[in-house]
Amino acid sequence: MAPILEINNLFKNYGSVEILKDINVAIEQGDFLVLVGPSGCGKSTLLNCIAGLEPITSGEMAIGGQDMVNVSPKDRDIAMVFQSYALYPTMTVAKNITFGMKVRGIDPAIQKEKLDYVSQQLQIGPLLNRKPGQLSGGQRQRVAMGRALVRDPKLFLFDEPLSNLDAKLRVEMRTEIKALHQRLGASMVYVTHDQIEAMTLATKIVVMKGGVIQQIGTPAEIYNRPANLFVADFMGSPAMNLIPAKTRTNGQELQIEIARKDSEPIILTDTRNQNLPEDVIIGVRPEDIADATVARVGETQEADCVIDIVEPAGADTFAVMQLGGKHVTARLHAETTAVAGAAQRLAFDLGKVSYFEPETGLRLN
Amino acid sequence: MTNVSYTSSGSGKNTTKIALRWGLYIMLGLFALFYLLPLFVMVTTSFKSLDEIRTGDLISLPREVTFDAWRTAWSEACTGIQCQGVRPYFWNSVMIAIPAVLISTLIGAMNGYVVAQWRFKGANLFFALMLFGCFIPFQVVLLPMARMLGLMGLAGTIPGLIFVHVIYGLGFTTLFFRNYYVSIPDELTKAAKVDGAGFFRIFWSIFLPLSLPIIVVTIIWQFTQIWNDFLFGVSFSQAGTQPVTVALNNIVNSTTGVKAYNVDMAAAIIAALPTLFVYVIAGNYFVRGLTAGSVKG
Repeated sequence: MAPILEINNLFKNYGSVEILKDINVAIEQGDFLVLVGPSGCGKSTLLNCIAGLEPITSGEMAIGGQDMVNVSPKDRDIAMVFQSYALYPTMTVAKNITFGMKVRGIDPAIQKEKLDYVSQQLQIGPLLNRKPGQLSGGQRQRVAMGRALVRDPKLFLFDEPLSNLDAKLRVEMRTEIKALHQRLGASMVYVTHDQIEAMTLATKIVVMKGGVIQQIGTPAEIYNRPANLFVADFMGSPAMNLIPAKTRTNGQELQIEIARKDSEPIILTDTRNQNLPEDVIIGVRPEDIADATVARVGETQEADCVIDIVEPAGADTFAVMQLGGKHVTARLHAETTAVAGAAQRLAFDLGKVSYFEPETGLRLN
Repeated sequence: MTNVSYTSSGSGKNTTKIALRWGLYIMLGLFALFYLLPLFVMVTTSFKSLDEIRTGDLISLPREVTFDAWRTAWSEACTGIQCQGVRPYFWNSVMIAIPAVLISTLIGAMNGYVVAQWRFKGANLFFALMLFGCFIPFQVVLLPMARMLGLMGLAGTIPGLIFVHVIYGLGFTTLFFRNYYVSIPDELTKAAKVDGAGFFRIFWSIFLPLSLPIIVVTIIWQFTQIWNDFLFGVSFSQAGTQPVTVALNNIVNSTTGVKAYNVDMAAAIIAALPTLFVYVIAGNYFVRGLTAGSVKG
């Protein structure tokens, strides 16, 4: 079967400004693709191009195997949820949801049936006769989803749909969207700048920066094997520790030397990776640095480090120290004995370590 | 908001404050009286008989209220050789103003919708030129317009005057609607496009229902302009198609012998009543529209 969405060599310019450069993405039926990146990276423009709301400058795009480049939005068999919800202010919730069907001249009986189904799915039955102005943010969000769901399209598009909600509601709606995706098995493209939303929702993530795709992969691939320094830094909270280091090959082993300001450098040994340049940036997730006293499976190496700051976060405690001239965060157990200003014995797990070339920022291993 | 309180040191300051406040009210009252005086004179004079006007005081109330002047002004006063009062001209004005207001408002709404929401190449230039049209003095266009109306076969007709008023109202109506629609998020248009609605569908189903406040503003503005217009009315009409403003001028200026001030005043008030009426009626809708329309998402 043809991919549900396929984009090849897509370019988008505004005048002489290149917004999107050589975009290549494909997703299969049932995929949940998340486009993530900082503001101005082109992710919303890409979504608008998929919707047909923005013309593309060059390239190919197909939805369900059919060429879409010159097809207007209404004929693309898509539904879209917008950041501002974009509910029609003068129409009731019911009319908002059925507007698309009314425009397409669908039999009123079927409209009614679909409206009932969707309002039951989203539990918005009691709101059907209200105007958008009388709804709370979360309710508007549901109505906007309802308007998309009722269409039963080939492809759902979401443009930062949760960014106007407060933190608690955002997490609730995130779970609901995920549940919806699992229930419907629908194909979705979702834009967000929130890497946690990306990680939790996606079956496939596209990380973008400056109109260029940095990496495409499953959440686990993106998280564990970031393709470059940008992805490593952007995905994950707290961010991956990126520490300048020197490497030496010592027989079968790779020795990594991390300089410290007031004491001996830390020497770590990696048996898995070899043939690295002398200067590298080593990427270690905070959870791969732990209290040495806590038993850990796998190969860990211990070192004493002076902790500068201790940040209890409830479930975990973050300890910040200086290594290689950078702030390095360790995710420690909630009941850790670490105290600011004192040395703590920490265990480094290099099982998932990443190496990056300092100049180009590209992944080395 | 922070509450800034001024601490007054002693009763002396308070007295000064009260005195200043009263002084302000008295000043405002005097200004209001000053501005209302002409209207007062007009209304009282229109209810006086000609004898009373000759003998009485300009600003005294009528000793005996009579509606004769109003009757004369409405249906008997002479404009040149015809003596039918302002009535036929009043209806001319109605027949000019209502279609001209409605057409220019509708076209302005559509123009504004296009300029604000369907950005096309050169949209800014188009809008700038449109604005430029607002500021062309009407005298400049009199001759070309007369020629054009002649070519179109509309010279001296009511449709001709409607045409002229629609053309010269478009600059302002477009400006009003454009500025209103520019504040409506473009995601609304995008959502409707994805829903399958086209250009006119989006306009009729989504933008027009949102526009009540600006429609009212535009109607007030256009109606006042068109009803009160004299220059186009006098230039592009002929006997029988003149608007009420032109008739009023003719009544006041073409009387011979004793000037019938009471008739002039009554005719002037009749000519001014519809604009007042529109303000009172539509002004009310305007406030309601502002509070009920809540465009904000």
